[in-house]
Amino acid sequence: MSEGLSAWDRLLLIRDKARPSAADYIPLIFDRFYELHGDRLFGDDHALWGGIAKIDGIPVTVLAQVKGHTLEENKRCNFAMPHPEGYRKALRLMKQAEKFSRPVICFIDTPGAFCGIGAEERGQGEAIARNLMEMMRLKTPIVSVVLGEGGSGGALGLGVCDEMAMLSNAVYSVISPRGCASILWKDPSRERDAAEMLRITAADIVALGIAEAIIEEPAGGAQKNLQLMASNITEYLRGAILKLSKLPIELLLQRRYDKFRSIGEFTEAE
Amino acid sequence: MIQELFEQVKSRVAPPRSATPQRRLDVPDNLLYRCPRCGGVVLMEDFEKNGRVCAECGYHARLAAPERIRMTVDPGSMQELDAGMKSCNPIGFEGYTRKLEQLQKATGLDDAIITGECTIKGQRCVIGVMDSRFMMASMGSVVGEKIARAFEYAVRRRLPVVLFTASGGARMQEGILSLMQMAKTSAAVALHNDAGLLYITVLTDPTTGGITASFASLGDIIIAEPKVLVGFAGRRVIEGTIREKLPEDFQTAEFLQEHGFVDMIVPRHDLRRTLGHLIKLHARPETDTAGITGEGEEHV
Repeated sequence: MSEGLSAWDRLLLIRDKARPSAADYIPLIFDRFYELHGDRLFGDDHALWGGIAKIDGIPVTVLAQVKGHTLEENKRCNFAMPHPEGYRKALRLMKQAEKFSRPVICFIDTPGAFCGIGAEERGQGEAIARNLMEMMRLKTPIVSVVLGEGGSGGALGLGVCDEMAMLSNAVYSVISPRGCASILWKDPSRERDAAEMLRITAADIVALGIAEAIIEEPAGGAQKNLQLMASNITEYLRGAILKLSKLPIELLLQRRYDKFRSIGEFTEAE
Repeated sequence: MIQELFEQVKSRVAPPRSATPQRRLDVPDNLLYRCPRCGGVVLMEDFEKNGRVCAECGYHARLAAPERIRMTVDPGSMQELDAGMKSCNPIGFEGYTRKLEQLQKATGLDDAIITGECTIKGQRCVIGVMDSRFMMASMGSVVGEKIARAFEYAVRRRLPVVLFTASGGARMQEGILSLMQMAKTSAAVALHNDAGLLYITVLTDPTTGGITASFASLGDIIIAEPKVLVGFAGRRVIEGTIREKLPEDFQTAEFLQEHGFVDMIVPRHDLRRTLGHLIKLHARPETDTAGITGEGEEHV
């Protein structure tokens, strides 16, 4: 069990190169995965995979941010940092899922959306913004699972959903602890302190009303037992899809709106 | 270096005052304004008269929200919404409460945005203006909630929304709750959009990060002031990631327009008129006449 670990301990676990990525889980969770490429506008982003598959005989659309285990793999998938075309591919496939009434399953695992010249030229901000708006009213169930790193807006671009689960060591954060430390104390090496302050662990994210479920990892993390993790994730997805598929679309969309609409804490004048 | 340059210019333009303590150069009561874009120096008085636009290069400097509202809405028409809403430090972030209190005192604002209903050139609309003096107008729960409520208010009254954006992004002091405000505001935009109502964004200096990745990029019409900074990632972050020199005009309003992400660049002195025209152009006759026509039919 992973109780009692600090946010920092968990960050070290999820940064382990041996930690399973979506590419490892997909063949174990789904009957067959047909990858579909490209955003039809610019290119194909290897940081964000998309495709169609079956889980328990139910057709679904799968979108996944994919990390590599080696430098070679990571170069190809850009360390799971999508460009705008990745988010636009995701949106294209979500619209396709809506057309064919397939639930959408998103695997989140990214340090963040890529920061570079091309990303800015092609509208990284606009691509994510568009996804947020369109996912909010997509007429089919959306389930997101944070596998490891939920890095800010880059994660949220696949994170507008009806139900969200966190693997027990996964984190979800508005800013990387390193980035936070360098802004706050001008000292990136204090990322450990920042990690504890930001409330990024699975338990925090559930307590703050952003995720509904935690998928338990074995001691030592998901990397210790890939088969077990895949079956735990499958079990969660099966339940979530079954439950959400029973809801009328209007109710589903209202629930989704209400979930995000109610997040935030403030005081008001009398 | 620019600082030194300025000191030289200053000594030529104005006699040195030994008793005056060193001040930051961009405070409004200073005698001179140094443009952060072109380095040009003009008399503060002239700069203010010019609507805080650099006469040398046309850079549109940041405006305080009350100043922007005064410049934009018809006199006396502003009715503020949700005044007094404040952050309560939801994740207990060290130092945040004190920072909020200091800024509330210094700026007279509750948080980084003012919203309200007003008329612009006689056209009714809901307006929101972000203020970069307040934690670089970062978005936490208060900014997110006020924007969401502004859109919902506009849907109930069938009004257009005009948002003047400026922000460093999501407010890290409220952790993941700030990130979720991006989803929340985008949801409210979708609601307003589905009601067939007009949403105009005016991108002002600087519009970056999570704001660019949510409501700022979702306007039906996206206007930017000249030369302002608009982008997703910070310049230094990009330089650190790719270790390349960035193009001169990188992440300016002009750069964004060239790449297809801004509809029009409008100088500050033309904004009020432009907004008035655009809102009028989208006015639907049925909102005023539907009731009358309906009554008329009943008599037939």
